[in-house]
Amino acid sequence: MLIKKPADIKSSEITPESLYYDRRDFLKTAGLLGLGAAAFGCVESGNAATQQEKDVLTPLEDVTTYNNFYEFGTDKSDPAENAKGFKTKPWTVKVEGMVAKPASYSVEDFIKPSKLQEHVYRHRCVEGWSMVIPWMGFPMSELINRVQPLSSAKYIEFQTLHDPKQMPGQRSPVLNWPYTEGLRLDEAMHPLALFGVGIYGKELLPQNGAPLRTIIPWKYGFKATKSIVRIRFTDKQPRTAWNDAAPNEYGFFANVNPQVDHPRWSQATERRIGEFRKRPTLMFNGYADQVGRLYTSLDLRRNY
Amino acid sequence: MASWTPPRWLRPVVFVACLIPAAWVVAAIASDYFNGTRLLGSNPIKEAEHFTGRWVLRFLAITLAVTPVRQTLGWNWLQKYRRMLGLFAFFYATLHLSIYFILDLELVWGDLWADIVKRPYITIGMLAFVLLVPLAVTSTAKMVKRLGGKRWAALHRTIYLIVVLGTIHFWMAVKRDITLPLTFALIFAVLLGYRVVKARQRRSSSSARTPAPSPGTAR
Repeated sequence: MLIKKPADIKSSEITPESLYYDRRDFLKTAGLLGLGAAAFGCVESGNAATQQEKDVLTPLEDVTTYNNFYEFGTDKSDPAENAKGFKTKPWTVKVEGMVAKPASYSVEDFIKPSKLQEHVYRHRCVEGWSMVIPWMGFPMSELINRVQPLSSAKYIEFQTLHDPKQMPGQRSPVLNWPYTEGLRLDEAMHPLALFGVGIYGKELLPQNGAPLRTIIPWKYGFKATKSIVRIRFTDKQPRTAWNDAAPNEYGFFANVNPQVDHPRWSQATERRIGEFRKRPTLMFNGYADQVGRLYTSLDLRRNY
Repeated sequence: MASWTPPRWLRPVVFVACLIPAAWVVAAIASDYFNGTRLLGSNPIKEAEHFTGRWVLRFLAITLAVTPVRQTLGWNWLQKYRRMLGLFAFFYATLHLSIYFILDLELVWGDLWADIVKRPYITIGMLAFVLLVPLAVTSTAKMVKRLGGKRWAALHRTIYLIVVLGTIHFWMAVKRDITLPLTFALIFAVLLGYRVVKARQRRSSSSARTPAPSPGTAR
């Protein structure tokens, strides 16, 4: 298995029974999609005892109705409402820039070569709330290796669809559309960084970023890009949507860090959706053992 | 119409109507907590904070609308509701602050202090609340008498500053979409602008008449 010790959430402990049925549904859907035989190897568990508080899967209803996806409106409930009927088929993803094999894929071809796996990750929003989500996806590194970035490429940039007809939020200049995000290439190569295509054993819903999104569990949620249509390799740090909007509040790195406050609120604690009491926020969202090495020479206070 | 007197039942009806949002939000929090309902959605405490915050601004706007509406439409009976409406603004501000401190900060004084010192939007919101307190305390007829009409009115003009602070607090608290804070800002601009215009008119008409010092107003 590619991932040796990726997460400390034992999915066998927290996956509700009903999910097994959902998984069968997903297999059917995946088959219909032509994704081929999807393998559902659960994430192996690390040491659950190191976990200060229990992580329990956030109910699907919360995961699909409490969303920040400004393309569909700025209220948390807007995406579920306004993304109904969002067209994800056909869907094309362009890979371009400093790469040996630039290409334009149908999303099915983009996904097909990779084995889909379930990854149960903590999800921490920069606003101070968090969830635990069972994603379906595959490591970004698989795609990156496939398209072979040039040695000059240092960053990877992701871009969301720009379609104000379908995405009413894009009709007002709340952010610089299209939503753009980026990672250092070594961050994107980390096995925890995923392309996500499913949730709770089913296809992604539009409000969660269908048909293709990124998942970087040690970073605040806004670092993820939803409904991706363009991936670009570059030697310059990409401009990113929230950093453009408020550079003093949202940095390029956006690593979850309880010691570095947002200018308007503390990041030391978080409220897990479904719980009333706050819990301490963990360094790198609890993935410090896995990703800490990426940032040994970086001043995390300055590079927030 | 100016001499119309509202029926006696109107006051208790208005009073109960003003309480409905508060009763609803308290019941919803309790139900979401104890029964696991989702009346306030996925993040009930945040929702309750935002909900009560919006009601503070609404009641401030309604209170400030009393005088312009009374003067332009001649609804003098409205005057008798102004104190109650202002006190409801204070009541909702207290509820807003309580939810923030008790449920969100979980009664940690250190966190409250850190928020006040470090986060300008909290500083400003807290200042607005502190300034509201003396207005609520001096809202009784007894206090009006004790302070004297002029001093009382001067003190209560703090409300203009409070609505400005409250709107700034809201504006700074939203992440990116300023539609609603902007709406409140415009409403308050109209309500405060009305007073500026009135004051100008009064000044220009009084200076035009070159008033002889009347014994009643001499100080």
